Amino acid sequence: MSDDKFDCIIVGTGPAGSAAAYELARRGLEVALVEKGDRPGCKNMTGGRLYCHSLRQIIPDFWEEAPVERRVEKEELCFLTERGAVTLTLDNEALGEESARSYTVLRADFDAWLAGKAEEAGAMIVTGIRVDDLLWSGDRVCGIKAGEDEIFSDVVIAADGVNSLLARKAGLRGELRPEHVAVGVKSVIALPKKIVEDRFCLRENTGAARLFVGACTKGVPGGGFLYTNKESLSLGLVFNVASLVKAGVSVAEAVEDFKFHPVIQPFVEGGEVVEYSAHLVPEAGLAMKPVLFTGGMLVAGDAAGFVLNTGYIVRGMDFAVTSGALAARAVMAAKEKGDFSAATLKIYGDFLRQSHVFRDLETYKNVPDLLEEPDLYTTFPTLAVDILTDLFKVKGDPPERVRKLVMRHLNRKKSFLKLVKTCWKGARSL
Amino acid sequence: MKRLSVQDRLALNKFQLDEEPHIAINKALCRQCAEKPCTFVCPAALYAWNGDDISFDHAGCLECGTCRVACTKKAVSWNYPRGAFGISFRYG
Repeated sequence: MSDDKFDCIIVGTGPAGSAAAYELARRGLEVALVEKGDRPGCKNMTGGRLYCHSLRQIIPDFWEEAPVERRVEKEELCFLTERGAVTLTLDNEALGEESARSYTVLRADFDAWLAGKAEEAGAMIVTGIRVDDLLWSGDRVCGIKAGEDEIFSDVVIAADGVNSLLARKAGLRGELRPEHVAVGVKSVIALPKKIVEDRFCLRENTGAARLFVGACTKGVPGGGFLYTNKESLSLGLVFNVASLVKAGVSVAEAVEDFKFHPVIQPFVEGGEVVEYSAHLVPEAGLAMKPVLFTGGMLVAGDAAGFVLNTGYIVRGMDFAVTSGALAARAVMAAKEKGDFSAATLKIYGDFLRQSHVFRDLETYKNVPDLLEEPDLYTTFPTLAVDILTDLFKVKGDPPERVRKLVMRHLNRKKSFLKLVKTCWKGARSL
Repeated sequence: MKRLSVQDRLALNKFQLDEEPHIAINKALCRQCAEKPCTFVCPAALYAWNGDDISFDHAGCLECGTCRVACTKKAVSWNYPRGAFGISFRYG
């Protein structure tokens, strides 16, 4: 370390921070990776899964050594009413192809592994340190302050998560807005490996990911998720915070009610809840993007709001890895020039614009608005379940032609009009 | 499968309690608040209205930040617990 100063201090040992630390350390830069928890990963949780494309660019075949749970080869989308559900299931080994695969993960182990890779590459990991403030030299960030301790560096990468207190301290972002974030809540439910595989009809090491839309969030825009891990299930709910406040729904109760939904209960029966966790999810994409850099500082991962929810795909960790790696690239470019001013670090924005991060968020930028449609959570799941229920029910009554049956349901509560309207909006957003 | 109270669920987690609370509430503002979103948005149900006052216990906090974002009165002053304190997820 030259002049008692690191080349880069990275705050947060999530995928963004560890990917940045790994990329910088393996190129010989002096890196400190700072974590407030007592070990890397211990403050992190997910209600999603890891899409591998970005991490495999950095660590090819990482799944051979990383503590991943199951390779997802079964995708399910479930429209839920109070008592019933219509579920679409896609089984396809092609989902597991190397170029496109995704894994369910549990973050305590996974994040600790990735931070360990950064450490192996030469990064210094400092745990149990809460960063309280930034150090400034003129208009440039030049380090961090934790309690009475001051640590200096050419650049700080804030990968400190959705609540990013550092991005706020640097004036790069205002307060989070309730309409821009969702609260995700999860129970991890332990079950023997064989039972997980039998209940979801899975081959060894393959997994299922099921997303729920409808009654589980009690009318609040959001959804449910059920992922298979090796020897557990991850079950939980996500609520848009602004809508949640208006609806007055109790999160702690709703998430427990979900376990006892007739469609869910058989999957989790006999399981033992081993952990209960919660986290905010940035869901507004580019609409909530902070200023991504200032002199001596970059913002990556959840701290930058890099999450994409299309309703059927939820991505965050792959964006975190890419943005962390690109932040590292920007730091290297600045080091080469010997200039860490905002004028040089703005190259980070260019890198992001050329990457999938901005491309994907830009493509789906109208989706957050689509997902606020209340009918998605009430009218449409009810329509699907009711039509199919009437179709399959045999009571010995005089028969009703299918076309008539469908139209009878569609004519209820202006459902047809709502459906056409939302489909049109969906077609334009997706 | 047994229904678990939120206290049952929190008891499954690993916490290192920081005696110094990491969240401070301006209770005077709470008294003027009609909706009191904190009482239902907190996944750990740590906020309760007892008729006169908001009661809040930082032990059991999952550190999600929802209360801070949901509070319409900006009465929640929120930080993470000091280093190595608070929730420590074993699964995540």
